[in-house]
Amino acid sequence: MFAQQLVNGLVVGAVYALIALGYTLVYGILQLINFAHGEIYMIGAYVGIAVLAVLGTMGLTQTSLALSIVLVFLIPMIYCAAYGITLERVAYRPLRNAPRLSPLISAIGMSLFLQNYVQVVQGARDKAFPNLLELGSFQLFGAYVNGLQIFILVLALGLMAALQLFIKKTKLGKAMRATAQDRTMASLVGVNVNRVIAVTFAIGSVLAAVAGVMVGMYYGIVNHHIGFVAGMKAFTAAVLGGIGNVTGAFLGGFLLALLESFWAGYVSAVYKDVFAFMVLVVVLIFRPEGILGGSGGEADRT
Amino acid sequence: MSTYARVPLIGLWFAFLALPLAGWKNSLWIGLGCAAVVFVVSAARASAQSGALAGPAQRIKTGFASAWGFIEEKSYDKRYLSLFLLLIIALPWTLDRYSTDVLVITGIYVMLALGLNVVVGFAGLLDLGYVAFYAVGAYSYALLNSWYGLSFWPALGVGVASSALFGIILGIPVLRLRGDYLAIVTLGFGEIIRLVLNNWDNVTQGPNGILGIGRPYLGEMRLYKPMHFYYLVVVLCIVTIFIVNRLDKSRLGRAWAAMREDETVAECMGVNIVYTKLSAFAFGAAWAGFGGVVFSAKQTFISPESFTFFESVIILCMVVLGGMASIPGVMLGAFILTVLPEVLRELTLFRPMLLGGAMVLMMVLRPQGLLQAKGQRHHLERDKPESKTGAGR
Repeated sequence: MFAQQLVNGLVVGAVYALIALGYTLVYGILQLINFAHGEIYMIGAYVGIAVLAVLGTMGLTQTSLALSIVLVFLIPMIYCAAYGITLERVAYRPLRNAPRLSPLISAIGMSLFLQNYVQVVQGARDKAFPNLLELGSFQLFGAYVNGLQIFILVLALGLMAALQLFIKKTKLGKAMRATAQDRTMASLVGVNVNRVIAVTFAIGSVLAAVAGVMVGMYYGIVNHHIGFVAGMKAFTAAVLGGIGNVTGAFLGGFLLALLESFWAGYVSAVYKDVFAFMVLVVVLIFRPEGILGGSGGEADRT
Repeated sequence: MSTYARVPLIGLWFAFLALPLAGWKNSLWIGLGCAAVVFVVSAARASAQSGALAGPAQRIKTGFASAWGFIEEKSYDKRYLSLFLLLIIALPWTLDRYSTDVLVITGIYVMLALGLNVVVGFAGLLDLGYVAFYAVGAYSYALLNSWYGLSFWPALGVGVASSALFGIILGIPVLRLRGDYLAIVTLGFGEIIRLVLNNWDNVTQGPNGILGIGRPYLGEMRLYKPMHFYYLVVVLCIVTIFIVNRLDKSRLGRAWAAMREDETVAECMGVNIVYTKLSAFAFGAAWAGFGGVVFSAKQTFISPESFTFFESVIILCMVVLGGMASIPGVMLGAFILTVLPEVLRELTLFRPMLLGGAMVLMMVLRPQGLLQAKGQRHHLERDKPESKTGAGR
């Protein structure tokens, strides 16, 4: 039981962590909760289904599995990046200097819009995510682990490492950190702030797309309101780790998922979501800077 | 010309975005639609800049402003006010039951939106879990009535009191939080209440809801027709409007406005933030409880389905659309968002999508709402948002 809940928690944690990174990156730079981020993740899953359908009719899933797996991740990533950039351009950029409530309300509106747009064009029913990877399972310390779970964990950890490298080593990553510390100052020393913000949204959305496709593969089923709950959980994870803090986001993701998984296993599966919300409320009240503290820039949480 | 050169590009971009989800044909239409909208907007902007349309646009603007000024001026005139009241009293006699029912729902939403306006508009605290208090009010009447046979009028008091209590219970832990954090916690709170209602089967009967809630009595008369509820709701709305209006102009209302504009400065000026914040939550929640009790008495059936996050967003949308902190604006918002979906029945599927889009557009194009709040806060309002850069930090 314990080992099984641990494995389940780790897999869900990988998904939460990937989504949480999007929240944390955007928050670090704009001090804005991108409410619509969960919907981007949902759109990623749907685009994954569409890609699989096209690949299936082309017969590529039979002939070249490796290529189709790459495409199933790559195309949703491109699409979600496009959605993320458009979202920023349409709903947030015009409000960058508006009172704080305005972008928040606009974000909620965007979330509502995207969620229901998908419902209108794709229907309200659950969609099946075709099974692509037939991987065997094995037993480890009394827990059943299948290949897909390993694949998800490895991919998620790899992406997180890549993100860390990107932020630490590249010029654009440096520009992102500079913008997070002080937007005005960064623009004074020649950082194209608008471009950095667009890139931030794109990166967050790409990670969300991967998470969406993973969840589709893992559960085999997708609907248009998975984004809301996943978004809330991921946000909780980001806050738990210290919002604005990249390392914190994935620590928080795994921690929240494990807590939730054990709660569901040992206490009450019905109140699993309530538990996650309680964690959020408790963290915000007692340690709003999270486990690892905030972005390291201006310690503002107003 | 370059402004028009981007029009087809923007159309193509949105068609591209829509492609994997909406299919070939729909994406084509979506692209065309977006291009058309962008074209119209940039054409309007260009002509506004060149001054070609300045005359008519200005005339429409001043015409609207003077019409509104006239209405506002006359609304304090007792003669016109009583005429308007007569109209409202006479209205249900000219309508069928269904339309009256829609008006009753509108009235409940007016109360809810005015209540949320206290929290969001007056005090500047974004509450995304407002529907939780509505649920508390509705369930307190439903449970007390079906278990202990408590009648409507005392339940009204109990519902309001328990909602206000919940408002304070929520308010105490979030005292330190501001802005977006507050929004998230209130959202979480709303979801917690809904999930508890949904899962606590012994008490709330879970998703099945509570059936056969008692109707209110007025003396010997049993209120059950839409028309009865119409008058009940009209009276309660008038009470709400009166009290909210007085609150806005009271010392507490000014403290709320000060807190909304800048919490730190307000505190320095001697505003007791703890008391001010908690009272905003309590007053806002109290109106939700009010609405909730009336709602469950009118429906005689409630279930957690009626208290979803979407409901909170609709009420927020009413406040935002109508104009935050503006009482007539919020009432107009509530009216539009309840009556319009009834008129445009065939668009039901698109309703949440359009609502979301409207919220974004409203924030981008006209953040003050349809009817801007007037009065003492006029010069406090951020007319030039540029000057506020970084002030929220």
